[in-house]
Amino acid sequence: MRALTFQGTHDVRVDTVDDPEIINPRDAIIRVTSTAICGSDLHLYDGVIPGVMPGDVLGHEFMGEVVETGPGSTLKKGQRVVVPFTISCGGCFHCKIQQYSACDNSNPAEKQDASEMMYGHASSGLFGYSHMTGGYSGGQAEYVRVPFSDVGPIMVPDHLTDEQVLFLSDILPTGWMAAENAEIEPDDTVAVWGCGPVGLFAIQSALVMGAARVIAIDHYPHRLELARQLGAEVINFRESNVAEALMEMSGGIGVDAVIDAVGMESHGFAIENMLDVVKQKVGIGADRSHALRQALLAVRKGGRVSIPGVYGGLTDKFPLGALMEKGLQIRTGQTHVQRYMKDLLEKIEDGTLDTTFLISHRLPLELAADGYRNFKEQQDTWTKVVLKP
Amino acid sequence: MKDDDRSRGAAGLAGLVAAGAIVAGVALAASSRKRGGGDVPDDAPGFTARGWMGGRSFGKYDVVGRSVTIGRPREELYAFWRDFGNLSQFMENVEKVQPVGEDGHCVWTFRAPAGRTVDVETRIVSEEEGRLIAWRSVDGSDIDTEGRVTFDDAPGERGTRVSVRVAYKPPAGELGRLIAKMFAREPEVQGRHDLRRFKMLMETGEIATSARRKDQTRAAKQAEKHQTKEEAA
Repeated sequence: MRALTFQGTHDVRVDTVDDPEIINPRDAIIRVTSTAICGSDLHLYDGVIPGVMPGDVLGHEFMGEVVETGPGSTLKKGQRVVVPFTISCGGCFHCKIQQYSACDNSNPAEKQDASEMMYGHASSGLFGYSHMTGGYSGGQAEYVRVPFSDVGPIMVPDHLTDEQVLFLSDILPTGWMAAENAEIEPDDTVAVWGCGPVGLFAIQSALVMGAARVIAIDHYPHRLELARQLGAEVINFRESNVAEALMEMSGGIGVDAVIDAVGMESHGFAIENMLDVVKQKVGIGADRSHALRQALLAVRKGGRVSIPGVYGGLTDKFPLGALMEKGLQIRTGQTHVQRYMKDLLEKIEDGTLDTTFLISHRLPLELAADGYRNFKEQQDTWTKVVLKP
Repeated sequence: MKDDDRSRGAAGLAGLVAAGAIVAGVALAASSRKRGGGDVPDDAPGFTARGWMGGRSFGKYDVVGRSVTIGRPREELYAFWRDFGNLSQFMENVEKVQPVGEDGHCVWTFRAPAGRTVDVETRIVSEEEGRLIAWRSVDGSDIDTEGRVTFDDAPGERGTRVSVRVAYKPPAGELGRLIAKMFAREPEVQGRHDLRRFKMLMETGEIATSARRKDQTRAAKQAEKHQTKEEAA
């Protein structure tokens, strides 16, 4: 089959690789009809996530048609499904309490060591990501082997197009969980750092959940415009002092909740961020956490901090004092996708949520490498790339 | 704390320390658990002791241990383990375990480097239905080893806490070096992986692999590697 493979930093290519086959009883094989490039794929592309090997098939946002099933799968050939990026067994302690992204059993035994050493506990399996998360072949391909296919994939009705439902695989549940983690209450003002796909969906979700105001922060005019169209007020950090603006816009209180939808490669011109860039480049496992630092200072006393942005290593100059002295609460984590898919599919069907506005470019899989380059280099206008195998 | 709880706690500690030194002849005196700071022993398993190279040697024996909580009933896990032929399903270094005779004797065939295998015969030294199995190599084995697995109810609905302790002392000589090399595939790492696979098998009915094809799984590659070397030898 044809598949997008990682070769090295800023080097991805579409190659011919072995077709997948059923290995375990609960597996299914999906023929991919649509797949997308995710912002977290750019972390792989930029080489800041450890454990990505040449030849790895990337991609964790995908959907398609069931073409083969193992004896333990509950899927049927011909069904149209969206596949969550988190691989979850459904039977372990974490899956049973719906902490699907903390599944104990989806990351192969010998691949759990690295994350256990780094984080104290092993990560679960994810499609098309690092070998720390299993090294599973991803969805930017013609076919994918989907383990635990009786737990993850959700069937979608024929009257909805691929583009209407594709983002159930990751970014819509991720944006939704980000807003949920901010524990939004009526009258709340919520600030969102980063108007990429997850930030935009978090804005949308926060408003659906009843936030009185959402303030979005970015530096790309087009992305800020998309945020405005969703109903957010916007701050361009190139134009305005974010901290001062947020204090003013919240009447001196500070915002009630903050959402860091930026993660480990934050942009910005503060001195501490420049230092972080250097440390990350020399590969000492440092995350660039400028956006998070700013968010922790901007949130009001007793406020809530939600972190959907991806971090993988260590950070310093972390305003721990602000966290403690202001009595903040932090909630974060890889998305428990399976927990949200059904409800969000209903919200798509009844028109509460429409995510198709995000898609800026549609490319054949063969041009996936161009998609990566432009998604990275033209962030203002390339807001989301959908690939067609 | 009730008195019987306390005595059970003390017995539990003794049991864990003993488990760290399960090999007959390795008298793990309480002193090996003394810490620099005082005489009060803590409740941690013996093999977690701090010290030079992790402090995991007791006498001439290396001891490794690991616990895992599995969301299945104790009796079920015990029964699966007690059927020793099942062990090679999740123990990567074990090619097969074959019961010999009626009294719990087994021959374990370990995969060794260079396509070789090493057989070790064990007998059951202690057993409690649904709770504990302890085994020990018979006299004259190539590897002097003893191990035990315990099954305890985990809190609430969490299933069973499975704890494995293995002590081993490879012999001297060429064979010893071979075996050392085999176990130097880090028994601790191997044990950790094996227990994770046991948990997967029991909780999900399968062992996770990220391979795309059957012949690319770790198990298939290992078997193939071994096969090729056997043929070459």
